[in-house]
Amino acid sequence: MAETTAPVGKRYPAVTYAVGREKIREYARAVGETNPLYLDVAAARAAGYDDVVAPPMFVVVYSSAAIGAALYDPEVGIDMQRLVHGAQEFAWERVLVAGEEVSTVVALDEVRYVETADLTYYVFGATTTDSEGAVVSTGVWSNIVRGAGR
Amino acid sequence: MTDTTTDGATEPVRWEPGAELPTLTITPDRYVTVRYAGASGDFNPIHIDEEFAQQVGLPGRILHGLWTMAQVARAQTDAVGGAEGPGALQRLEVGFRGMAFPEQEIVVTSKVTAVEDGVAVVTSTAKQGSTRVVRGGSAHVRVPDRG
Repeated sequence: MAETTAPVGKRYPAVTYAVGREKIREYARAVGETNPLYLDVAAARAAGYDDVVAPPMFVVVYSSAAIGAALYDPEVGIDMQRLVHGAQEFAWERVLVAGEEVSTVVALDEVRYVETADLTYYVFGATTTDSEGAVVSTGVWSNIVRGAGR
Repeated sequence: MTDTTTDGATEPVRWEPGAELPTLTITPDRYVTVRYAGASGDFNPIHIDEEFAQQVGLPGRILHGLWTMAQVARAQTDAVGGAEGPGALQRLEVGFRGMAFPEQEIVVTSKVTAVEDGVAVVTSTAKQGSTRVVRGGSAHVRVPDRG
């Protein structure tokens, strides 16, 4: 049978992230973004933003350390060699611009073993807030570990 | 090296049920996974080390799923475009299925299924050849004022 010792409900310490202009540009280029709002300060300012805008999927960058701490938590005990990224959800409340600082809290929301398929689902929820405490984005990270039960 | 992107038709997007958003076509170059690893912080060797990938039974280095999800996101924000584009994407969920590889074309197609209170519900898929790499993509996109 699957081990069910993973600490469902465990919340991890908040991880802060300073959103930087060059990191936004690096990310935007890596995913092929061409919208000048992500790359050109003048264009972003002309559109009414203080600095370059982070593409929505930049959520991956600012929540990565917080998710990583949960994913690699020995108490959760995920075998990284058997890990598959099953599904992903994000919801955004507003865009972020360079110069902001955000904070992400992750919790292990669910662990589910599917015996017929011998798969274990680990679902992590992430919530990112801005310096005022307002929610910027939320994420649901669904990871699947193959064959963990045997 | 650079990736090659082709955004689809330039005619105005019709934000109504049944309408298709412009198709996004991108051929990620050989080193895209290296750049994405650096940009995202995900250095899992299955994405950047050919030998390692083969040792664990993969045909070769595979693309990061979240890179592919970023293409699905971009198809939505580019469909809105301009200053409104980045903030128009309110929600996106995807399921990851087949593996995708560098240097092979990826095609993202999206279709509006409903519009309510100025928000379009869009279903989206990403395919590489006959492999469906993103399945069950669903986005909520704020319809631009200019209609």
